[in-house]
Amino acid sequence: MDRRTHRAAHRIEGRSAAPGVALGPLVRLAAPKHDARQHRSAAEEHQSLVDALAAAQVALAVLAREVGDADGEAILSFQIALLEDDNLAAPAFALIAGGEAASRAWHAAIDPEIASYEAADDPYFRARASDLRDLRDRVLRHLAGEADQTVPPGVIVAADDMPPSMFLATDWRDGGLVLRRGSPSSHVAILARSRGVPMIVGVDVDHLENGKDAMLDGDAGLLIVDPDSDMRAIYSQRRAEQSEVRRVATSFSGPALTASGEPVRVMINVTGLAELKGLDPAHVDGIGLMRTEFLFQGRENLPTEEQQYQIYKRMVEWAAGKPVTIRTLDAGGDKPIAGLTEPGDINPFLGVRGVRLSLRHLDVFRAQLRALARAAVAGNLKVMIPMVTVPDELYRCRALLERALDELRHEGQGAKMPPLGMMVEVPAAALTIEDFDADFYSIGSNDLIQYVAAASRDEPQLADLARPSRAVFGLIRHVVEYADGCGRETSLCGDLAGDPAQVAALLDQGLRTFSVAPGALGPVRAAIARYSGPAA
Amino acid sequence: MMNKHQTSVLMRHEVGLHARPSVKLTKLAKAFESRIDLGLSPDGPWIDAKSIVKVMATKAPKDSTIYFRAEGRDAKAALEALVTLVDGDFQDGP
Repeated sequence: MDRRTHRAAHRIEGRSAAPGVALGPLVRLAAPKHDARQHRSAAEEHQSLVDALAAAQVALAVLAREVGDADGEAILSFQIALLEDDNLAAPAFALIAGGEAASRAWHAAIDPEIASYEAADDPYFRARASDLRDLRDRVLRHLAGEADQTVPPGVIVAADDMPPSMFLATDWRDGGLVLRRGSPSSHVAILARSRGVPMIVGVDVDHLENGKDAMLDGDAGLLIVDPDSDMRAIYSQRRAEQSEVRRVATSFSGPALTASGEPVRVMINVTGLAELKGLDPAHVDGIGLMRTEFLFQGRENLPTEEQQYQIYKRMVEWAAGKPVTIRTLDAGGDKPIAGLTEPGDINPFLGVRGVRLSLRHLDVFRAQLRALARAAVAGNLKVMIPMVTVPDELYRCRALLERALDELRHEGQGAKMPPLGMMVEVPAAALTIEDFDADFYSIGSNDLIQYVAAASRDEPQLADLARPSRAVFGLIRHVVEYADGCGRETSLCGDLAGDPAQVAALLDQGLRTFSVAPGALGPVRAAIARYSGPAA
Repeated sequence: MMNKHQTSVLMRHEVGLHARPSVKLTKLAKAFESRIDLGLSPDGPWIDAKSIVKVMATKAPKDSTIYFRAEGRDAKAALEALVTLVDGDFQDGP
């Protein structure tokens, strides 16, 4: 049936970012607007700032009661203490008395504070700048008369963009997400796929009406407003299929085999321990990629060696002898970390990110390598370095890891040299792969594609260029053939691996290890089972 | 009768006078009615130990010596409590 024949329903096309379907009322999230009202007396402006500060304080106190973890609680109590201190807003009230509008006065009072934290030498103090920005924006939202927005479960959220912290704080049961900005490779999309939240991007959200029923089709990249009864029936059917796929995905055990009986390893990409809940290690061939960025984001302090060690160790213990590949901090690009990444990076994807950043913050890198070497004792841990461009970067990482190991042994701590591998995502590295002394290779297809095509994955207009091409598959084959020839493993951990439609093309290149979001396990294993060899 | 007192303590907290320690320090200072100042040298400059904005702005790193001076009826008790807090590495008191 052609859905377009239904006149009542309104069909909006976007781009698929995470598969699945959802049906529910639209909730439009507004961006923080700044108070533009004019011609008000100084007394009125004064009172609105007093009210906004008080409302922000109440909202923070409520959050602090509900947050339930020590890091979150510490950030909130710091923000509350700032609001309780008259010194913070005093310059703003002085400006208001001189005729300034409340919002501009508040900006003028707090922006120098933010700048002073940003200029601090110590990364712990620099990281406070984001807490102050958050506080500034919260007060601005109250000034603009917008209550703090919380998202109830079972709705379809429409917004310009969404920070990962907000995504993580939202209950997404039966819900979905529609964004104007972002891309299928953005951080929020990665989280949405890993948590099974349907999501599309590239939608003009301004024209969506709050409260209208909508059906989100994350596979087709469609949003249907006011779906009719036929569409609702289709939805129920898709929904049932979806649960079936999930059931099948988790009922798999034993090795994945192609139609001709050749075994293929299928591992999972994860960001933390939470995603391993409910997942049996017997159903996967290991963790092909653990992203450590999330350990560093949205916290008061950078994680200590001991905190990292505990998490890595529990990860390795969960895998019960299967490999766990942990990627060292891949900050920068679209993954900024307060106090560590450069806020003014002109071209972040071509800037100081991944190993480039780690080699410039040796204190942070050293703590991570020490934690990894300690956790390697607990099982089958592998260390992977992101954004390697020239062999020297990998030499330096190996030397640092060896030094960390020496130090630990000297201190009498248990530690072990883990295999050291590299992400292959920079074309220069893929082209000269034989120059890199890595114990294993893992192809990061998201970045490889955008660097090969010179097309940003965040630019909706260039979606047709930022796709897997013959050039990309040629590089993948080059890496796989070299690694096979010298007995090293190559896996692919980008989104390409999790797309069932691309599985055959990847198997054609000789790839035999896939690492995918847990939600893609079932579809990818099914696509592998259908594969009977290269097309003639 | 007004009381004036001054004292100093070495701060060994791992990350210095950071958010959590500063919240504790200013909360404790506010529990006393005396005027309490904090400085990083025996001659100041002095800032209000009850203001987290100002205390955090010192960005005092690990191994700084913190100087306190207090003036008021409970000045002596205030300084004893603050020194105990900093010396005890900002752990929660009994």
